[in-house]
Amino acid sequence: MLRLEKRPEPSRAWVALSPLLAVALTMIVGGALFSMLGANPFEAIRTIFWDPIFSPQFSGFTRPQLLVKAGPLILIAIGLSIGFRAGIWNIGAEGQYIMGAICGAGAGLALYPSESPLIFPLMLLFGALGGWAWAMIPALLKTKLGTNEILVSLMLVYVAETILASAASGFLRNPDGMGFPGSRNFKEWGNVHNGELIANTGLHWGVVAAFIAVIGAYVLFSRHIQGFNIRLTGDAPRAARFSGVNPTRIVLFCLGMSGALAGMAGLFEVAGPAGQITIDFNAGYGFTAIIVAFLGRLNPIGILLAGLLMALTYIGGELAQLMLGVPGAAIQLFQGMLLFFLLATDVFSNYRLRLAKKEVA
Amino acid sequence: MDLSSISPILLVASIMVSATPIMLAAIGELVVEKSGTLNLGVEGMMITGAVVGFAAAVNTTSPLVGFAAAAGAGALLSLVFAILTQYLLSNQVATGLGLTLAGLGLSALLGKPYEGIKSPTLPKLDLGPLSDIPGLGTMFFKHDIMVYLSILLVIAVWAFLKYTRAGLILRAVGESHDSAHALGYKVVRVRMLAILFGGACAGLGGAYLSLVRVPQWTEGMTAGAGWIALAIVVFASWRPWRIMVGAYLFGGITVLQLNLQAAGVKVPVALLSASPYLVTILVLVIISARGAHGAPASLGRSFHASN
Repeated sequence: MLRLEKRPEPSRAWVALSPLLAVALTMIVGGALFSMLGANPFEAIRTIFWDPIFSPQFSGFTRPQLLVKAGPLILIAIGLSIGFRAGIWNIGAEGQYIMGAICGAGAGLALYPSESPLIFPLMLLFGALGGWAWAMIPALLKTKLGTNEILVSLMLVYVAETILASAASGFLRNPDGMGFPGSRNFKEWGNVHNGELIANTGLHWGVVAAFIAVIGAYVLFSRHIQGFNIRLTGDAPRAARFSGVNPTRIVLFCLGMSGALAGMAGLFEVAGPAGQITIDFNAGYGFTAIIVAFLGRLNPIGILLAGLLMALTYIGGELAQLMLGVPGAAIQLFQGMLLFFLLATDVFSNYRLRLAKKEVA
Repeated sequence: MDLSSISPILLVASIMVSATPIMLAAIGELVVEKSGTLNLGVEGMMITGAVVGFAAAVNTTSPLVGFAAAAGAGALLSLVFAILTQYLLSNQVATGLGLTLAGLGLSALLGKPYEGIKSPTLPKLDLGPLSDIPGLGTMFFKHDIMVYLSILLVIAVWAFLKYTRAGLILRAVGESHDSAHALGYKVVRVRMLAILFGGACAGLGGAYLSLVRVPQWTEGMTAGAGWIALAIVVFASWRPWRIMVGAYLFGGITVLQLNLQAAGVKVPVALLSASPYLVTILVLVIISARGAHGAPASLGRSFHASN
């Protein structure tokens, strides 16, 4: 009989290896899934993981998309990872992302049609504030009353979605839009549009912010006392208390940080690639970012790589949909599978397989 | 605005119907959590149950086959969670979230060919003289079989947990898995069974949505019902009877806000549509402010015999 034996210390090799193993397993099982859907599995895997970057036919269009899609995923996932490290489960990033976009876009649109270069920074500030404020609801309820932050933050996603619906068709609707739902388009608003900084790279301010967030989180966790306190709170809450860490401040910091980053991601998206507030401009990044955070082992560098990989599956998925007729939903399942395999292979970081000897009962 | 268009008799009748899916999912999750496992994948299992149940019912023209298939699908999906958390000791929060995300993707994939079709639905039972009572008959005694089954299930779970030896073992495992293990109970096996039961219940709840409550398949149709079921377990302080209260309360709010929207009340539609979620938050706040929890002590902790 095989049995698991706890390792005295987590295996560093497995911590790094398990995401790779998970990707490989997902490719195998995903390939089987695609062949059941009637596509050639090898072609499907190549279309998803290889063609978006290397195909001469598509890469001109798809390569810039990599950064466009990875930017928000990384930005949100970095914020989430800070909380997850402390055992604070903010799973409502999607709601904070939407509220950031609405607040930021609203602040900008109030000043339309001014072309001042200060408008975009102002919108960014309001975007971060919107996401932060939305995350403060579960944070304050948790610290004041001990309410479960998982359920509250998730419920607020649905509330944010109804607010988004009424924003798109009501208070933020384009007055010149002949009654169609959707706000003014930021792409037609010169200075305010969050466009590409270098042509054909997909690099916009949101991607720059994502890179800064990666560096910031790296410094936070490796050099700053607050990062140490966060990790301590997650690993040993009692020990953290005894060493004088204030749990309330940790909760407020973690949720506030992840909310603000998600809100900024929403603003970058709405002022850039999406262009306008519409009822469905949010592409579920807030939820996919949870997978990104775990896939990156809650480590900033890991999240950077995981975000790029996840962006690749988005783009490759669209390409596979177009070229091979694979349903779009298959990609969502594919991403979910990736998380499962990661969680499954993760066991070997903390445990090892041993052949069990006969035990005395 | 015309509130007189809302008939109280029909209102109560539709509350019974709209409470059923969350009641089924919540009573299943209650058993799972009583065994000390937190499965956040209820939404994913529910929506998978919804699509599988719908597909099976359309293909066999039998809604009962649909419900059976939905229960099977929910249990099968929960098996993934069970193996990951019980044998591979993965983090329960992360695995549950993954289950929800995967379930949403899986259901969208499976459901594509079934969009816009009507399914065979359950017939209303005729309970003889009971159904003929004016008013009360329409309110309580003219429903389909699942409405009554869900109530019976709550009663059965209550009796199981309170009066049977197996129920006692399940609670022991949830309160202190180390003590239960030391007494010789199979912690992992008990939890596996509880998780499968919870998955089957969530599947049934989902199928009730797609086969009776709506009755159609649309992508993402559970719209947070699974999460509300999780909140109801907290609301109920892990007691079966209160699950019933919670489910009817939320069913009531859902139906009432739909009726108010239809009646054209001068309240923003966004506020009405958000009301079930806002009330969920409010209820969670009240419950946590009161400080009475009653959560199983081992809830969410992984068990490994070496610990």
